[in-house]
Amino acid sequence: MNDTLPPVIVGAGPAGICAAKTLVAAGLRPIVIDEGFRAGGQIYRRPFVDDGRSATDLYGSEAAKATRLHREFDGLLPSIDYMPQALVWNIAGNELHLMADGKHHQIGFQNLILSTGATDRILPFPGWTLPGVYTLGAAQTALKVQGCTIGRNVVFLGSGPLLYLVAWQYVKAGGNVAAVLDTAPFSAKLNLLSAFRFDPRLVLIGMSYAARLVSRGVKIRYNVRPTRVDGSQYVEGLSFKSGTKVHSIACDAIAYGFALRPETQLADLSGCTFRFDDRDRTWLPVTDEAGRTSSQGVYLAGDGSGIAGADAAEISGELAALALIQDSGTTVDPGRMSALVKARRRKAGLRDILEKAFPFPDNWFDQIPGYTKLCRCEEVTVSTVIDTINGGELRELNRLKALSRSGMGRCQGRMCSAAMAEVLSATQHLKLADIGRLRAQAPVKPLPLLLQEGGS
Amino acid sequence: MSAHHSRSQFQRHFRRDEAHVPFSIDGIAYSGRRGDTVLVAIMSATDRLRLSEFTAEPRAGFCLIGACQDCFVTLACGRRVRACTTPLEAQMAFVTRERGNE
Amino acid sequence: MIRRFSADVAIVGGGLVGSSAALALRKAGLSVILMDKGFCGAQASGVNYGGVRRQGRSVAQLPLSQRAHQIWPRLKELIGIDGEYQRSGHLKLARKPEDFARLEQYAETVKPFGLNLELFTGAMAKTRFPWLSGNVAGASFCPDDGQANPRLVSPAFAKAARDAGAIVLEQTAVHAAVRTSDGFALQAGTDCEITCHFLINSAGAWANKIATDFDEPAPLSRIYPSMVVTEPLALRLPVSLGEEGGGFYCRQVQRGNYIMGGGRGYALIDPDFSRPSTAAALAVMKRATTLFPHLAGAHVIRFWSGTEGQLPDNNPVIGRSGTTPGLFHAFGFCGAGFQVAPAVGAILCDLVTSGETATPIAAFSIERFHNMPPQHNKKKGTHNEMVE
Repeated sequence: MNDTLPPVIVGAGPAGICAAKTLVAAGLRPIVIDEGFRAGGQIYRRPFVDDGRSATDLYGSEAAKATRLHREFDGLLPSIDYMPQALVWNIAGNELHLMADGKHHQIGFQNLILSTGATDRILPFPGWTLPGVYTLGAAQTALKVQGCTIGRNVVFLGSGPLLYLVAWQYVKAGGNVAAVLDTAPFSAKLNLLSAFRFDPRLVLIGMSYAARLVSRGVKIRYNVRPTRVDGSQYVEGLSFKSGTKVHSIACDAIAYGFALRPETQLADLSGCTFRFDDRDRTWLPVTDEAGRTSSQGVYLAGDGSGIAGADAAEISGELAALALIQDSGTTVDPGRMSALVKARRRKAGLRDILEKAFPFPDNWFDQIPGYTKLCRCEEVTVSTVIDTINGGELRELNRLKALSRSGMGRCQGRMCSAAMAEVLSATQHLKLADIGRLRAQAPVKPLPLLLQEGGS
Repeated sequence: MSAHHSRSQFQRHFRRDEAHVPFSIDGIAYSGRRGDTVLVAIMSATDRLRLSEFTAEPRAGFCLIGACQDCFVTLACGRRVRACTTPLEAQMAFVTRERGNE
Repeated sequence: MIRRFSADVAIVGGGLVGSSAALALRKAGLSVILMDKGFCGAQASGVNYGGVRRQGRSVAQLPLSQRAHQIWPRLKELIGIDGEYQRSGHLKLARKPEDFARLEQYAETVKPFGLNLELFTGAMAKTRFPWLSGNVAGASFCPDDGQANPRLVSPAFAKAARDAGAIVLEQTAVHAAVRTSDGFALQAGTDCEITCHFLINSAGAWANKIATDFDEPAPLSRIYPSMVVTEPLALRLPVSLGEEGGGFYCRQVQRGNYIMGGGRGYALIDPDFSRPSTAAALAVMKRATTLFPHLAGAHVIRFWSGTEGQLPDNNPVIGRSGTTPGLFHAFGFCGAGFQVAPAVGAILCDLVTSGETATPIAAFSIERFHNMPPQHNKKKGTHNEMVE
């Protein structure tokens, strides 16, 4: 191995773009590998073809940032090696294994920035696998990237900042929003007032969505628990509890989710040490404030190192790149680094408050019937999972996976691991922190069996 | 499952006038639009992508960002593609009758 | 606060060998403590390929293997589940004529054991098994061999032992074991002291600690199988399949996933954890698409590996200690322990309860390694016997 391997960035969302910009500014030529067709990540994802919508139509209040990041990345193209539509599916030692154009490639690295982002955090309820039920992120992606709504008459359900934002985007695009059903009590929203000092702009924008929805006649309910999706072949309605009453609402699509969960598989495969994070109710790679991990030469940025949002991702992308530059023996502006660390702390403070305003429904499984599918890939029910836990006196998540099949399917537990952890912890009266975490296994996403040798 | 083919789940709000891109499902002809993913093309024409492997219930994808792996569909040539991250190409012929790749 | 346990038998290692011994001993009326440093059935016993195969074993192992063959159909009665055991048949493929000659030779050698092997030349093999493709010089089929799900079978033996009254201590590593006047004293976990009359060392790849504690280290090394599983696909491969020479093995489970393996994984910095090697996995995937063109469009969804004990002569250690009365060893199954393990448990029960067993195990004595030059201890398991 020589000394001149270029730094590698995995993921071209706000964190990856800012990391690339910072490395290029320091005279380095990073390789940027991204699964997307175009850079921007999920939040600033661009349509395949121009459909006449403006940046404001697509990105709302964040249009200026999206436009700036897209422009910055396009400007970087001569100075980086960019691999779009490429999946990094394994990290073994100091080698990345990736698939691009259906071919296998191997890239050695000395320095690696992982900015792998997040996916919706999901909990199961009866009917969640029916056609017409999508994640909040999916509902937003359908509209933003493809100009479609996921149905004619959509219920928005769950908890998290996306809930009101996407509902409003649907109204604005001409879709019909049947209702917004917040799983948190209204009182939780009062926490937003204390978020004001961190980011008044964001808080005002966030609160305005609810107001605008109400002004368009959209009904908002709080403290909701869904009881089932009505319909056998597709969504025909949603039954839910609000307080003690059961209601039914007609709809042909449901978008739901409970904030986000970080994508940490690659960090795990690269050998990073993890810690349990109480706020995110999940395991996160251990990093210092600049994004250095326990693995030499591996840096984390963006939501993949803990959910903090797009603005924080930009900050952490730059920070990780500066840390990498510094660790390679080049002096960086210490003032810039400490300013970024401070800014990142403020964003983390904001995130703490958002978590209180949009809390995770921690008693979710109290009312979920046993026949509900918990793992949608392997079609494992809640009662099978509970019976497996009780039958084997299980206390550890990987054991639960091995014995129940939950988390063993194509998605590798992305859609069910949060639920598995909640059920195991509740059934055995153990803390989430004490039941372990699903170990990442390559390939992190399905890989064609017929994978041609590409090269290095 | 052809009984459901007439009901479209997704509703187009933009790109309605883009060039049509012909494709088929189990031999029945449909058309998507330039710029569609496979998922959007199929779900704008019908209301399911596939049947689940173990209980044969209808599925239509879930996350739309390549994470949940719920939307793999099979082409007549045997190739399997993740519908939400695969651009629609003209004359793609999807088959739904059997599970797996046959 | 020290937790004190005492039992007739203490078993170190809750894999399939230790767990089936625990169950057999409980049924024989002895009190049993079964300990595992992690979780029962979570290592080699639980993550192996799942082949339940006699074909291909050395003559020395066949009596043991035949005894196990009688146990597998009784799983439901023994442990409450059938463990997805099925006598699907095991087909061994020869890629080259010289490989086929070895299969013919093997069939001749093992004739007295009644495996009922059926031999096919290349063309006949493709007629009899029409889903086969690629170069096949010949094949040997063992109709009553089969497959099972190791993830379920191994923990179910431990659970059955517990339900039968064994004390099962998971996440309880044994730190020290010493001979006392009437048995053994063990220190385990953070707070356990155990006394017992008999001690069984079934600690798999970790078994050399106790063997060494009692002055009979074995030249035990570690191997890491490299496994690949596909998404669920239409049922098409009815048999478990292996290649002479061990380059590739494959079966399709009833849910539709193809499980395939070949080559070796590698250990992580903590050698108790391993990963499949990408090169081995890619080679397996390539071989699979050659043999089964219908898999060309399919996807692989997961790789995995595990840690297995390897001995230089490809035979396990099974039997009494050569140094210490009351101590029994059963480890080092060289990647081929799954099928025989339930019989090994039964044999350990024989040895503890009566001092002897009807199954010939002389070839597996640990004493074959006594007085071995120490450099043998470092020898890596390089042979190509398949891990199944």
